[in-house]
Amino acid sequence: MLLLFALMLLVPLLMTLVLSFNSFDFYKGIGSDLSLANYAEVLGDGYFYEIFGRTFGIALATTLICAAIGVPLAWFLNRMTPFWRSVMVLVVLGPLLISVVVRTLGWAIILGNKGVLNGALMDLGLIERPIRLMYSSGGIVLALVHVMLPYMVLAVWAALQRADASAEAAAESLGARPWTVFRRVVLPQAMPGVLSGSLIVFALSASAFATPAIIGGRRVKVAATAVHDEFMNTLNWPLGAAIAMILLVAIMAVMLTWTRLVEARVGKEYA
Amino acid sequence: MRRNGIFAKAFCALFALFMLAPIIVVIGVSFTPTGYLEFPPSGLSLRWFRAILDNPDFITAAWISLKLALIAATLATVLAVPAALAIGRGSFRGREALQALFMSPLMVPTVVLGIAFLRFLTLVGISGTFTGMMLCHVVIVTPFILRLVLASVVGLDAATERAAIAMGASDWTVFRRITLPSILPGIVGGWVLAFITSFDELTVTVFIASPSTTTLPVRMFSHIAQTTDPLVASVSTVAILFTVALMLAVDRLYGLDKLLIGEGKS
Repeated sequence: MLLLFALMLLVPLLMTLVLSFNSFDFYKGIGSDLSLANYAEVLGDGYFYEIFGRTFGIALATTLICAAIGVPLAWFLNRMTPFWRSVMVLVVLGPLLISVVVRTLGWAIILGNKGVLNGALMDLGLIERPIRLMYSSGGIVLALVHVMLPYMVLAVWAALQRADASAEAAAESLGARPWTVFRRVVLPQAMPGVLSGSLIVFALSASAFATPAIIGGRRVKVAATAVHDEFMNTLNWPLGAAIAMILLVAIMAVMLTWTRLVEARVGKEYA
Repeated sequence: MRRNGIFAKAFCALFALFMLAPIIVVIGVSFTPTGYLEFPPSGLSLRWFRAILDNPDFITAAWISLKLALIAATLATVLAVPAALAIGRGSFRGREALQALFMSPLMVPTVVLGIAFLRFLTLVGISGTFTGMMLCHVVIVTPFILRLVLASVVGLDAATERAAIAMGASDWTVFRRITLPSILPGIVGGWVLAFITSFDELTVTVFIASPSTTTLPVRMFSHIAQTTDPLVASVSTVAILFTVALMLAVDRLYGLDKLLIGEGKS
């Protein structure tokens, strides 16, 4: 097994790293020389800045929305009767088992110009012309939130289950209103879950492929779909590998910084 | 503890609607009698389900996915169980590094894994083959099994095993009669999770599949990228039904929440 992992995981990753330094010629193919030319091309081109900016913007927006929905939901989940709780857990977990392609197809049908959402809004007279949701960053965020929410809810719920339920009861008996209980008691206790959930959601959203590829199409590219394009259409593998390596390093840098910040600020308090 | 108020209930209802909306829409669209995507459907027809039979592409792809997921999940289980036993109870050096290595496919972005596998398989000369794809899937699904089996190994009561050894049982008998039955739920749960992961895998497979080894998600993805007709919706509906059936079976066997949340957390 160690052999399989060394051969099938470490060697390919190293090869990709080397590949990202190789040169590429449209006629001659992949060269064997090593240079930083691919990185210079990616880092020196406004087009790629736009792609990376969009990728991390989408990931950040998805993370924030997931946290905003996930925290209250996990709290309500804790206060439900066992029957409704198991129903809601099924609603949260079930989609995880259904292919991302299928779920994104559903969103494509909902978000299209003649789609379910625009149709409903126009029937209600709220809008006159369809809003463009397909092939937009907003549409990608919406579909990604759907894919990522289960991870956030699970992380926050796990944190709340470790929390002390009597603190809430104490706050209530002292006359705190629900909003105050939420803000002063539940939210601080949920924080460790929110932080670890955000980490997962951000990393997965920044490297997501299927959802941005279907909702964003060729017009609204993110890093992962740009890599796919270089590999499968332009066939400039070295450039694609360089984009992928930059994505990998950027995600890892964000995750490490995030973990450090969390440990420095709140780690000891919540440990 | 206080129960939820009206606001909380409305919030949960909206949330459930949001989570289920794309699935309901896909199932609804697949029953349309028209030639385009329409929701709610204007009538009920099985036209697009019959159309699956006229498109052998999807059926071939489904068989490849099924075969791939069965073999990859089984192979990964055979590898992960001894690894979990060694990591879970051994005390050798590098134990944590080993676990980190086996869990690392979860940490690397799937796009990066996809191109790494493509580059490797091309240089070795088995790109586009079923064997190559299978090896990659084994690497991808192993962490899922390892995590669940490891959880049940850690929860194992060593006293029972010692008792069996003291009473003269051989190593193999102890494993077969004591160890294996106690970690079996973890193994079954891990296998199912690995099966589903492999069956639904898109991002890595999209790079390494060739026209003759296209899996169902890749086939559906490229179909959606070109055109959107109700055909993909009906294929999706069949896939959803298949998943629901599997989920019900797992829930009976193992408990769905345990499988997905992982033990120790809940």
